[in-house]
Amino acid sequence: MSRRYDSRTTIFSPEGRLYQVEYAMEAIGNAGSAIGILSKDGVVLVGEKKVTSKLLQTSTSTEKMYKIDDHVACAVAGIMSDANILINTARVQAQRYTYAYQEPMPVEQLVQSLCDTKQGYTQFGGLRPFGVSFLFAGWDKNYGFQLYMSDPSGNYGGWKAAAIGANNQAAQSMLKQDYKDDMNREEAIQLVLKVLSKTMDSTSLTSEKLELAEVFLSNGKVKYQVYSPEALNKLLVDSGLTQPVAEA
Amino acid sequence: MECVFGLVGKGFALVVADTSAVHSILVHKSNEDKVMILDSHKLMGASGEAGDRVQFTEYIQKNVALYQFRNGIPLTTAATASFTRGELATALRKNPYSVNIVLAGYDKETGPSMFYIDYIASLHKVDKVAFGYGSYFSLAMMDRHYRKDMTIEEAIELVDKCILEIRSRLVVAPPNFVIKIVDENGAREYAWRETVKEAPVA
Repeated sequence: MSRRYDSRTTIFSPEGRLYQVEYAMEAIGNAGSAIGILSKDGVVLVGEKKVTSKLLQTSTSTEKMYKIDDHVACAVAGIMSDANILINTARVQAQRYTYAYQEPMPVEQLVQSLCDTKQGYTQFGGLRPFGVSFLFAGWDKNYGFQLYMSDPSGNYGGWKAAAIGANNQAAQSMLKQDYKDDMNREEAIQLVLKVLSKTMDSTSLTSEKLELAEVFLSNGKVKYQVYSPEALNKLLVDSGLTQPVAEA
Repeated sequence: MECVFGLVGKGFALVVADTSAVHSILVHKSNEDKVMILDSHKLMGASGEAGDRVQFTEYIQKNVALYQFRNGIPLTTAATASFTRGELATALRKNPYSVNIVLAGYDKETGPSMFYIDYIASLHKVDKVAFGYGSYFSLAMMDRHYRKDMTIEEAIELVDKCILEIRSRLVVAPPNFVIKIVDENGAREYAWRETVKEAPVA
């Protein structure tokens, strides 16, 4: 009998819950995690890549970080096929806005439009909710650097530091402890790597298991940059999170 | 016949329009305000088919207000201009509005700005602009006397020169004009230039 309200996303259980939405959030708890930190001069995103097989060759250079527009990027945790749909709609929304107003879309509006899509599926669609959480990092002229987190229910919020995916609660509490308001980008990168290294299941961090990206201003223009494996390895060695590769 | 013009000065922009509601050879009204205060820092002067003019400018005004309610931030003048142009461009291939628009606004980052938008949906950023029969005279006058660093007083003097020229050289010159200004303190009515008063009601 307890299964009566499980199967529909459009019906509340007697306790006032939407089970499918909660299950979707549960599903994300098993996905590779992602962490984002807002700093004075930029936003830092890091993602944990789950290496499924040594033989697998990924088609894109990044699998957790996606550029939405020139001024917004996001990190994903959850079902990638669902994420691709949402990323596509986000990109379309951003370009539609630019087409109408000849200006970049404010970050919060972009996040909101995507969350409207997610919410719509749980109320009108009667379908399975999207099994993805996002971290959005961006800059706009009204509110400067911003970091948003959104979940399958269609909720979103602005954060100074946020974590999604596996072990997100542990990561969240570490961030709460170590976050400082006046951090710069370098300090934010150090913190984000430290938190990830402690919340990840694997023992050592390497560039194959990580993706690191940042959104910042350079010469007054917004720039999105993904660390190359070489730069990432150097960063990990410098911060003492991994051992330098022995010369063969 | 219709005269709508405007210019950008030092820290402000102004829009002037005649105030005649004309149909065929008859003047129905001589105090029709053709410059809409779009929001706190935007002016929209419009000329064209009377019905379209009112309908379209109100439609834009309400959409700008809706944007502000939804997003908590105002549209910039440039974004409003693009949006307006977009609306005219979509309408152009269906049932076009016959309106020509002078959009003036003041933004914190960019200061005062002015845009020319016509009924076939072309959009230009300009410093001085004019529509209608009055444009032949006001454009010439502004070409001769306009400077980028004009004060409000100097600009009003130029506006009066334009109005005088229209009244003395245009056969079908309208009698009355309204002048509105937008600067960092907001958009507001500045003055009227009237030679004919509405007939008093007995």
